[in-house]
Amino acid sequence: MSSIVMPQPDERILSRAPQIVAALRQALPDDAVISDLVETRAYECDALTAYRCPPLAVVLPRSTAEVAAAMRVCADMGVPVVPRGAGTSLAGGALPTADCVVIGTMRLNSFLEIDTQNRFARVQTGVTNLSVSAELEPLGFFYAPDPSSQLACTIAGNIAMNSGGAHCLKYGVTTNNLMGATVVLTTGEVIELGGPEMGPQGLDLLGLLCGSEGQLGIVTEAVLKILPRPEGARPVLIGFDDAEVAGECVARIIRSGILPVAIEYMDEPCLRAVEAFARAGYPKCAAVLIVEVEGSAQEISDQIARIRAIADALNPVEFRESRNADEALAIWKGRKSAFGAMGVLGDYICLDGTVPVGQLPFTLRRIGELSRHHGLEVANVFHAGDGNMHPLILFNANEPGQLERAEAFGGDILRLCVEVGGCLTGEHGVGIEKRDLMSTQYGPDDLAIQMEVKDVFDPQWLLNPAKVFPLDASQPFRERVA
Amino acid sequence: MDSMSDLAPVDEAELAAILRDRCAARDPVWIKGGGTRIAPRRDAVLDLTRLSGVVTYEPGEMTLIARAGTSLTQIREMLAAEGQALAFDPPDVRGMTGRGGESTIGGVVAANASGPRRLFAGACRDHLLGVRFVDGQGRRLKNGGRVMKNVTGLDLSKLLAGSFGTLGVLTEVALKTLPAAHDQATLQFDAPTEADALALFCAALATPFEVSGAAWHGGTAWLRIEGLPAQLTYRRDRLLALLDRKGAQVLDAAATATRWQDLRDVHHFQGAMPLWRLLVKPTDAPRIADALRGLGGDLSLDWGGGLIWYAGPAAPADLRELVPHATLIRPAGLTASIFPAPAGPVARLSQGLRRSFDPAGILNPGLMDG
Ligand SMILES: Cc1cc2nc3c(=O)[nH]c(=O)nc-3n(C[C@H](O)[C@H](O)[C@H](O)COP(=O)(O)OP(=O)(O)OC[C@H]3O[C@@H](n4cnc5c(N)ncnc54)[C@H](O)[C@@H]3O)c2cc1C
Repeated sequence: MSSIVMPQPDERILSRAPQIVAALRQALPDDAVISDLVETRAYECDALTAYRCPPLAVVLPRSTAEVAAAMRVCADMGVPVVPRGAGTSLAGGALPTADCVVIGTMRLNSFLEIDTQNRFARVQTGVTNLSVSAELEPLGFFYAPDPSSQLACTIAGNIAMNSGGAHCLKYGVTTNNLMGATVVLTTGEVIELGGPEMGPQGLDLLGLLCGSEGQLGIVTEAVLKILPRPEGARPVLIGFDDAEVAGECVARIIRSGILPVAIEYMDEPCLRAVEAFARAGYPKCAAVLIVEVEGSAQEISDQIARIRAIADALNPVEFRESRNADEALAIWKGRKSAFGAMGVLGDYICLDGTVPVGQLPFTLRRIGELSRHHGLEVANVFHAGDGNMHPLILFNANEPGQLERAEAFGGDILRLCVEVGGCLTGEHGVGIEKRDLMSTQYGPDDLAIQMEVKDVFDPQWLLNPAKVFPLDASQPFRERVA
Repeated sequence: MDSMSDLAPVDEAELAAILRDRCAARDPVWIKGGGTRIAPRRDAVLDLTRLSGVVTYEPGEMTLIARAGTSLTQIREMLAAEGQALAFDPPDVRGMTGRGGESTIGGVVAANASGPRRLFAGACRDHLLGVRFVDGQGRRLKNGGRVMKNVTGLDLSKLLAGSFGTLGVLTEVALKTLPAAHDQATLQFDAPTEADALALFCAALATPFEVSGAAWHGGTAWLRIEGLPAQLTYRRDRLLALLDRKGAQVLDAAATATRWQDLRDVHHFQGAMPLWRLLVKPTDAPRIADALRGLGGDLSLDWGGGLIWYAGPAAPADLRELVPHATLIRPAGLTASIFPAPAGPVARLSQGLRRSFDPAGILNPGLMDG
């Protein structure tokens, strides 16, 4: 029913499944290995739910040493490995294959060291993103990257995807907040990259690892940069009756020298859905911006006054300030429920191409045209400050052909993002979803060098082998070792 | 252009042709830019200064794309005219290395060169959006792009930053620019020892006041604050109250600018002594500083204690026993390697990467191998 192809599972591996499971059980504590189909089904997909496949087995280690032991068994027996955090990837990054072993981080969930003097936290990577900031809160610190999925997603997945969040306009994404990592290589060797020092020292292998989508090694521990909590934060809501003017407002705020922590954008279809779902009381207009600033009460008022002056010059429909915590929550309420609101309307595909901020108005207009062409509705809700778009394509999965149409529409949008000078994915990763579109952004040599880099770390192509790179491009690498 | 060198391509295509030939002949080149070694042969200097010019600068999008040979001074001036800057404030390394010439933006990226603001704003690599480069086989490659958020494929831009030309010759870099600070000030404290300095740094850096510089030398510690006028006053008053030290002084914007430029360029350690750069866990700095003093020479701290500059006669082996990654910035007669050799699996991976990008080993050979 769907159009993304995965390679045929390797019969030679499937036929040895019992031996593989036995070897894993021998190397690991008994309760760390799952091979019963009833239980492995829980791991058959991530948040790209249109694609599912239970793995051969699932391993849930409790330590770096156990991850290394599992990796060694898989390498010895030539079995592909799919690393997995919480399975919230929207790109199919954690999708298993029938001939693979999933190595999950969910039991690697300890906080190892919190050092507020040197401003880092060392954690096992199975801890959830939100739990890190929760742990730090009593100490007056926080961990900046905050994907919307932060209640569920793990630091392991964040590192693998180089995840961002609403606050990355000011604080950057995962790679800018990651100081070190403990990594299990496919050889079973364990390496430490970076640490509490402000590296890198030597080649920046940590920078290479971050965002590598589980292609290079399995990350078991991380050293995270932690920041003192701001004294306060307050959002304002600005409504415009013209989407392009809203885009202009974003550009002017950025140029002014104020650095908001977040500038979020919602278009009319999104506002309609959110209003029906959450009754957030947003104005009825073409576009709404939510701009959040941080600091002391006095600093916040000063920054908001500056933003108001910028917005007023553009004749907004409404400029709503929050005077207290409740009003701040009310402003965020609609934005935070946007994905849920879309879910009520039906099935959707969430894209995340990035475009240069100046191209936002054109790109939005073009997406509208493409929507009419494909006959599917699209809503836009995204991080406007950095041009990271999230068009949500609405479709009905039960109607034959609609998923394919939605995927074709999505492909057109992503090609558009590349054409205007942007990229396929700003924070969700390539996974299987954008794998075959990679050649629209990169030439053959650009892809070859990336695959050669993977080859250095994973010469057997065991880690997430059918992802990130177009299948035809990776075939020579995969078949050479098969 | 350097009249000494024969290899001075005017564009990426010519550079690629040169490197293809060199690769076939297994004949190395030494890339000319800040921080590289003196080439042993005149005909082996690869001069990139003709590959220069700004490709695009969009202040509203906060993006700059420039060819690698573009001078850093030119870029700084162009950004300043729009009220913007490179937030990582790359140092002018001429005084440090004791060599002349003009820093280029490609050299800055190849060295991941970052000034005192690295503490707050991140390193050069954190502001790098994308690169174009030619590898050791003469392949013309690109990675990343020009947008703020991009996770499409492996992040080779980070890998190229700080690779000192050993993986490829950068031809074009895309960098994020940021609005320059509206206003700035420096709080200056007496801090006789490194331990005193660390106490100040740790307290100040645990506040939300966005301290954008924390350095120490010769018994004085400096903290830089920035922001809109209202922020600056507020941050200054809160920090002074919190740190509560007698004799604290406040330097105004102009004095702050010179103070931090001097600290950034390590002006205090110009001269004939070897200069080393040591990255440490900040609270380890006082202990390491004591040991360094035992070896002779002088030292200063930056990045809240995370960076130690050491100017002195210590033997390289002794230094690297103390801080294994010690990097030799100004050899001043020492024959030690600039970087220590990596060890264990990381060495194997580094060499493997080197072989993928540069199979004939022609790019700055040996530079990062210890
Ligand atoms: C509702 C919703 C909202 C979201 N919002 C955001 C957002 O705002 N910003 C954003 O960036 N993303 C967002 N995402 C996407 C997703 O949450 C992130 O990609 C997240 O980082 C994935 O983490 P995870 O623990 O679920 O990883 P998984 O989905 O389990 O895995 C993700 C990838 O990481 C690899 N991996 C997992 N563990 C390891 C390991 N130990 N070592 C090496 N590789 C590993 C996997 O193989 C896979 O390729 C959202 C997803 C959903 C469902």
